[in-house]
Amino acid sequence: MSNQVFVITEHINGQFDDSSFEMLAMGREVASATGGELVAVLMGHNQKDLASQLGAADKVIYADHESLANFNPQAHAKAASAIVAANMPRVVLTAYSSQGMEMGPAISVSQNMPLLAYVSGISVSGGSLTVVSQLYGGKMNVESQTSAGHCVMSVLPGAASADAGRKDGAPAIDDFAVDLGGLTIKFKQLIEPDKSDVDITQQPILVSVGRGIQNSDNLPMVEELAAKLGGAVSCSRPIVDSKWMPKTRQVGKSGLKVKPKLYLALGISGAPEHIEGMKDAELIIAVNSDPKAPIFDFAHYGVEGDLFDIIPALTGKL
Amino acid sequence: MNIIVPIKQVPDLVEGLEIDDSGKDLNREWMKFKLNEFDDHALEEALILKEETGATVTAIALDSDDVDKALFTAAAKGADTIIKVTGVSGTGLSSHEAAKALANVIGGMSYDLVMTGVQAIDDRDGQLAVLLAHYLDKPHVSVVTSVTVAGDQAVISKEYGGGLVAEFEGTFPMVLGIQAARQSPRYVPVAKVRQIMRSASIEEVAAGDVGVSSGSDITKYFTPVSGGGAEMIGGSAEDQAAKIVELLKSKGIK
Ligand SMILES: Cc1cc2nc3c(=O)[nH]c(=O)nc-3n(C[C@H](O)[C@H](O)[C@H](O)COP(=O)(O)OP(=O)(O)OC[C@H]3O[C@@H](n4cnc5c(N)ncnc54)[C@H](O)[C@@H]3O)c2cc1C
Repeated sequence: MSNQVFVITEHINGQFDDSSFEMLAMGREVASATGGELVAVLMGHNQKDLASQLGAADKVIYADHESLANFNPQAHAKAASAIVAANMPRVVLTAYSSQGMEMGPAISVSQNMPLLAYVSGISVSGGSLTVVSQLYGGKMNVESQTSAGHCVMSVLPGAASADAGRKDGAPAIDDFAVDLGGLTIKFKQLIEPDKSDVDITQQPILVSVGRGIQNSDNLPMVEELAAKLGGAVSCSRPIVDSKWMPKTRQVGKSGLKVKPKLYLALGISGAPEHIEGMKDAELIIAVNSDPKAPIFDFAHYGVEGDLFDIIPALTGKL
Repeated sequence: MNIIVPIKQVPDLVEGLEIDDSGKDLNREWMKFKLNEFDDHALEEALILKEETGATVTAIALDSDDVDKALFTAAAKGADTIIKVTGVSGTGLSSHEAAKALANVIGGMSYDLVMTGVQAIDDRDGQLAVLLAHYLDKPHVSVVTSVTVAGDQAVISKEYGGGLVAEFEGTFPMVLGIQAARQSPRYVPVAKVRQIMRSASIEEVAAGDVGVSSGSDITKYFTPVSGGGAEMIGGSAEDQAAKIVELLKSKGIK
């Protein structure tokens, strides 16, 4: 086993996700504590030049293969596992993201390494790692220790500063030859999101509604409030999954990241996947009937109450 | 076509969570459980595929609190077979152990697709779908929002951020982590579940040798205080609304 800290980076359409830079920032702190090297793992096809954005790392390991041109769960899981197997680093950071969720567990099982998910913090002391995971929809933190020596982690977006890990440079590049025969999963295409609706990322005022609204018949009162405020309606994921609002209005991990002047969250619990999309709003006001709702940890102002009382009262006063 | 759907019960967050005296676990004595919502979506997508292709659907769960109810509900919704894996306690079990126990049983069955929820709120050591895929040594796609079957293949949509979707083509067998079914999970009245409890039966299969662990120990549970916390606005709904309007005016928003 080496003392290295590996960061499995991710990119789509030639663009790194912020989470890659956040992991480099977090990885640097862990590497300083272990006294090891910080290594960025880059997978792609004819995309070696992307390494110039990974200047925060001491070294880049680059695997090039036709099947790595676009993310492929089977190909990337195999390649990432092979790269880890060849080096046996102390810590492997993967993102809690659509791509990372295919690779972390794969590395864990194939290399017999412990895995910790939803990681918001890591500290190193001697031989053991202490790791905090955010569980139960953000309602409970769990601290774990692993003395196995090495560990894979799935890091929550926002756990570290992307700016601290975003550094151009010319890190040393080790090419890694990867064998990807016999793939049974093939990438077909990327489907770009619909752009015809209101662009909620450009709206200064968002009235955002969650499962607390109970059913779609109650949406008009939210629209009325948004109209009075001169804003647009956005929502949490279950509202989209129920087909009550279009995907274009979804805020969060698999939706859009918004930074409005006002984000009024109505009946949204504040799961980490939602917080990821709105935590940088200038003013967050949350209305929720549960005083322990995690959204109150992130909002600037909180209203404990029933949205069916607050919405008409507020609309009446505007 | 055979589809296997692993499901599990998770604490119902509406009830609030309490840390037990050891500080290293939740107090599970009065805990209320509900089906992991993403497993409900996995079951729904499997049942849609059953309607489209005549597939058989098997719901499988590790023995745990309240699990019979979840399995009978799956049967009432249309699962052809329901299986309980015995010899392990699913409540509070690590994802690695759960995945290995399920792999022991599923590995001996004939299947084309294994479809389970993309994640659960208590997956401390990782999400089940991909762990299970690797214990079964089968390919995987997770964060899936639609599955279209043609022959021994399926076209699978996987979601990224910002509404971007990737399409993959995969040959059976494979393991899918379902984010959302094409439609909201169907509802089944309690009377129908009661009726099924009289006619259907749960097949019990032993987990066998699990022999893996999460590789880490829980040292403590604690409640988060991430953003410092909101300033709470009190009073009646009318008072609260008036204070919000004042606040918006003071910030130049209204
Ligand atoms: C890979 C992945 C990606 C995801 N991406 C996203 C994403 O982009 N966006 C997203 O939002 N989620 C996303 N999720 C889902 C996320 O995990 C949560 O399930 C979701 O955010 C919960 O939405 P919610 O807060 O509306 O519902 P719930 O968590 O059910 O919360 C409803 C809230 O309403 C409150 N409430 C109920 N009645 C009332 C009332 N009368 N008055 C006031 N308050 C009331 C309740 O107290 C509760 O806090 C993702 C999940 C996964 C696995």
